[in-house]
Amino acid sequence: MELSGAEITVRCLQEEGVEFAFGYPGGAVLYIYDEIFKQNKVKHVLVRHEQAAVHAADGYARATGRVGVALVTSGPGATNAVTGIATAYMDSIPMVIISGQVPTAAIGLDAFQEVDMVGITRPCVKHNFLVKDVKDIAPTLKKAFHIAATGRPGPVVVDIPKDVTIHTAKFDYPKSVSLRSYSPVTKGHPMQIKKAVKLLLSAKRPFVYTGGGVILSEASNALIKLIKQLGVPCTSTLMGLGGYPESDRQHLGMLGMHGTYEANMAMQHCDVLLAVGARFDDRVIGNTEHFKQEKRQIIHIDIDPSSISKRVKVDVPIVGDVGQVLGEMLKQLQASKDKGEQAALKAWWAQIELWRSKNCLNYDRTSKIIKPQFVIEKLYEVTKGDAYVTSDVGQHQMWAAQYYKFDKPRRWINSGGLGTMGFGLPSAMGVKMAFPKANVACITGEASIQMCIQELSTCKQYHLPIKVLTLNNRYMGMVRQWQQFFHGNRYSESYMDALPDFVKLAEAYGHVGIRIEKPSDVEGAIKEAFKLKDKLVFMDFLTDQTENVYPMVPGGKGLSEMILAEDL
Amino acid sequence: MMRHNISVLLENEAGALSRVSGLFSARGYNIESLTVAPTEDPSMSRMTIVTRGSEEVIEQIVKQLNKLIEVVKVLDLNEGAHIERELMLVKVKAEGEWREELKRMSDIFRGRIIDVADSTYTIELTGNGTKLDAFLEALDPSVILETVRTGACGIGRGERVLKV
Repeated sequence: MELSGAEITVRCLQEEGVEFAFGYPGGAVLYIYDEIFKQNKVKHVLVRHEQAAVHAADGYARATGRVGVALVTSGPGATNAVTGIATAYMDSIPMVIISGQVPTAAIGLDAFQEVDMVGITRPCVKHNFLVKDVKDIAPTLKKAFHIAATGRPGPVVVDIPKDVTIHTAKFDYPKSVSLRSYSPVTKGHPMQIKKAVKLLLSAKRPFVYTGGGVILSEASNALIKLIKQLGVPCTSTLMGLGGYPESDRQHLGMLGMHGTYEANMAMQHCDVLLAVGARFDDRVIGNTEHFKQEKRQIIHIDIDPSSISKRVKVDVPIVGDVGQVLGEMLKQLQASKDKGEQAALKAWWAQIELWRSKNCLNYDRTSKIIKPQFVIEKLYEVTKGDAYVTSDVGQHQMWAAQYYKFDKPRRWINSGGLGTMGFGLPSAMGVKMAFPKANVACITGEASIQMCIQELSTCKQYHLPIKVLTLNNRYMGMVRQWQQFFHGNRYSESYMDALPDFVKLAEAYGHVGIRIEKPSDVEGAIKEAFKLKDKLVFMDFLTDQTENVYPMVPGGKGLSEMILAEDL
Repeated sequence: MMRHNISVLLENEAGALSRVSGLFSARGYNIESLTVAPTEDPSMSRMTIVTRGSEEVIEQIVKQLNKLIEVVKVLDLNEGAHIERELMLVKVKAEGEWREELKRMSDIFRGRIIDVADSTYTIELTGNGTKLDAFLEALDPSVILETVRTGACGIGRGERVLKV
């Protein structure tokens, strides 16, 4: 029996075990939506804007490790999805985005709601396909899921013209895929691994720098064992938080532009650096010339060869799956009689403790105005450090990263690479769909939240009791901070007049809104919010307008050239 | 800034070329020339890209090319001995005394006159880029009516083979 392209599409999703498709219907995908209607294996989540569909699928993927799926129509549906796709691409999140396209015969004729989706998304996808024949739908979707989830993960777009969803073909979902042009290396080179182990054991000031790759490759356990075995200090990038328990003494906190003093100093002054699934990006290393001034040997494990020696030259490159390579290194370390440079390591720890004693994340806890850091600390206490926390982009994001101590992978969900405002709420929807019983908090700001605030409506429809914590300082805080530091206090367009009454707005969407104006009310409000198990609670914290994120490595400066709160 | 000749085997599919050219423009790599045509296996194309860059940039170019899903194999021909050829067609004004002179010049460069009209010749010339440049240099600019070049293609010497 032959099935329509639309039915084949939905059947493919079923075959892949897709639980949720986040999307928005439109002309070009009407037949697909008709098939969605006729079944109930794949649950469709109707968002209010396509950007949110992709972010929600992204949040689902980050929290579960599975491939997120979004479904959008052609033209504006497709272009609205692009921000979400680029967000996922920058953070290597496995996703399949199905977009409708105008009928094959109309392609290229500037048809209604036509846009060259394959062309538009080419620079921000791992791969994309235009399916021109109904017979190709199943094999293409199989490839799409395979490509999205393997190697360095990433979003894959499958663009399907309307007529292809009407045509019929036999449905046969391929069991496996083999692509002669795509076979990611997973096993690290044994000689390189041996070299790396030797180098680590010879280190006097070793340091481990871990990134999102640890999370993506489920390598957290292997990483913890290795770091415990070596007894060395470690740090995580914004994307890597939770890969190693942050509450452990060996973790020095996040590094980078807003990293801790101790993490950045250790990064700058170590003599052997083990980089694990991280990519030495500009927000982490700052000025590469400055970074190079200190001599150190670098071992870099990454599944993507192009991430190695891209910004910083590496001495021992290891291409492979982070988990596999760490496991292999651990085996060799455990078998080795060499216990490393114990005396030197002791001295190194003493130095690190000295840096740590600067207590760089200290802030005024006696303030009469709510300090944003205080809100995050209280959230951490109330949720016992075990919530899924999504965030938008800006100061609140950095404070969340600094003050919420993530002890488990996949708990911290934010747009690191692209820095997409509007990410927080929809990604929290994806997380909540995946884990309905878990505590899910969205830390946001009054500017970011307004970029996807329409999703409060989606949250109502699907009963998603997310807790939204808005650190409302009436400024685009990070923009204001840069303007204060580098633009002579000229706060150009970073202040929003006429903010909505968020409490009333939350209520208008059918949720609970709370405004919190005093530090003494913070803890109570958060507790109250989490007690309302089946309600979305929108907490509007009026926070200190002048607070800045410290430490800060100014753009173009080196890691050890931080501005600290105490300097000002 | 070394000049590199990079050969790429890729799936002969619509859009594959734009993935490669898009990669170069998005990452700010320069392209001196780019040629592409199907191979003896029609499911695959072979592309030759001539580019310039530091060692680090070339290393990144090769890695980024390999990362493209449709790219099957990449070889930087400059890693070993190789041969490079380019084809050029030159239309020249061939009147009066020039008619003989241009024929002679073409012979010296081992070119061939492939089209003759009352007042023009079209000369076909193959060689590496510098030879083609030299030929154009040797001509009086006033006689050159039109030139068209394919861009370089290249192949490894001896037993060095780029194949799946």
